Amino acid sequence: MKLAERLLKQTGFYTLVTALVIFAIWPFYWMLITAFKTEHDLYNLQSIPYIFNEPPTMQHVNWLFDRTEFARWLWNSLTIGVLVAGITLLVAVPAGYALARMAGRYAEGLGIGIFLTYLVPPTLLFIPLSPIISRLGLQDSLWALVAVYPTFTIPFCTWLMMGFFKTIPGEIEEAALIDGDSRFGAFLHVVIPLSMSGILTVVIFAFTLSMQEFVYALTFVSSTAQKTVTVGVPTDLMRGDLFLWGSLMAAALIAGIPMAIVYNLFLDRFVAGITGGAIK
Amino acid sequence: MAVAAKKYDGARFRYLLDRVEVLGPVFMAPAILYMVALLGLPFVLAIYFSLTNLTINNIQTGFSFVGLANFVELFRDSIFRQALRNTLIFAIASQLLAMILGQVTALILMQDFRGKAIVRVMIMLPWAVPIALGVLGWKWMYDSLYSIINWTLRAFHILGPGQWPQWLGTSNLAMISITIVHAWKSFPFVAVIILGAMTSIPQDIIDAARVDGAGFWRQTFQVNLPIVAPIVSVGVIFGTVFAFTDMSVVWLLTKGGPVNSTHVLGSYAFQVGIVSGDIGQGAAISLFLVPILMVAMVLTLRAMRRREL
Repeated sequence: MKLAERLLKQTGFYTLVTALVIFAIWPFYWMLITAFKTEHDLYNLQSIPYIFNEPPTMQHVNWLFDRTEFARWLWNSLTIGVLVAGITLLVAVPAGYALARMAGRYAEGLGIGIFLTYLVPPTLLFIPLSPIISRLGLQDSLWALVAVYPTFTIPFCTWLMMGFFKTIPGEIEEAALIDGDSRFGAFLHVVIPLSMSGILTVVIFAFTLSMQEFVYALTFVSSTAQKTVTVGVPTDLMRGDLFLWGSLMAAALIAGIPMAIVYNLFLDRFVAGITGGAIK
Repeated sequence: MAVAAKKYDGARFRYLLDRVEVLGPVFMAPAILYMVALLGLPFVLAIYFSLTNLTINNIQTGFSFVGLANFVELFRDSIFRQALRNTLIFAIASQLLAMILGQVTALILMQDFRGKAIVRVMIMLPWAVPIALGVLGWKWMYDSLYSIINWTLRAFHILGPGQWPQWLGTSNLAMISITIVHAWKSFPFVAVIILGAMTSIPQDIIDAARVDGAGFWRQTFQVNLPIVAPIVSVGVIFGTVFAFTDMSVVWLLTKGGPVNSTHVLGSYAFQVGIVSGDIGQGAAISLFLVPILMVAMVLTLRAMRRREL
């Protein structure tokens, strides 16, 4: 009786796990198999779509790299990601430190204010930003994105760094001050080296968020050579009603899965930032 | 003389580097300037533009102030009213669905079982993959001719012969299809937030409750829930705001179609303000996101304050 009950519970549990996993990854499986199917196999309604009915092919992947600007888009996205991460670091690390140690009674209000601006969405700002972008001479250029993306990376990263700096005991800086270092010197020589894991979090966060962005990139960049991967793939590989599904799926996987893996590294810290920090 | 002056300058510089009143503002300034220039200023401009007849054509030649004409026009616009409704439906339906799925996922991931690490990574994929690329997989799954969903349903005889739903081709189905994609995207996020909140309950509180004789229900509702609720609510508010303000899912799946029936505020603002170039009207549409944002910010603040206690 007891064994039967346990067995039933176990079966129920694993059924639930399987159902959730299938729901989560079904689209990815379908993308994967599509990316390597021959055209004939893809559009044959008579065969079972879940398996390869004809030997797999590399034609979609090859076409992507030989005949489209896919590699260029990947490169653009990487460049933007690296630059935005750099800007975010330069702005958010000092700001986070100031909020943690130097802003006195305004610190809490300022910190929460900056954190809340993270909620302001691109769909509210893209229209007024586009005349500003053209005034700056950045229209249809990936530099427009380098300029705009820090508006959503700085708030959250400042918040994360503030939380991080608060966990570093003040005595360590005081010791450096007594040793004759200036306040700024103590920040540079003592606090920064102790904060490397926080800084790394900020870099990964800024990098992946800018690589994933879609709305601003769609709005501000229209020439093929300047596109990011998130915009180039759905706009240039979908011409009118003609969808090149094999290449589309190959592109989405090649670009998407590595980004997802990097993001996964960061996930726990992101959650800690929102939930108020089990990990600091 | 020169040496002394230099020494003096050095000392003064050094003095500045030591003053917290100086360093603090200097450290804060870049962040504040950046946010004011590229977030505050555009926001003010959005309000200003919404009160003008600015379009892509008269931006050079001059445009004029039209008062609330854009907003009046919006309320006569049936597509706008539909978009407003859709925005609410998508955000609420998808977040409810995501919360149910996320809660179940969190309960599962709290257990210990073989292969848990890999299950976790797989379940996190929808949240971690860039939305613009993940949606493409769904677009192919919803294809009008080769939909794998239809094929599977037919293989299990759920769909009879001649039944072949157009997931993105009819308004009602397209609404459901978009909601599913939003829920698929957000449920892993809800799950990790709930997990994070559960693990943040201090063990000594759990132990203390147990020593005091708290049973399962008392433990859940009077000990765990008050600790978990404010944390989870911040996550849920964030998820709702993302769902509310997003346009990428709608834009990539249907572009607002069929016949403008699935637009949300974001995609309609994009259609009017960017694609058609009617900047004033587009700005007015996106300003309708502001009340929701205000509510979300107030709720976040309250949840954060409760957490401090």
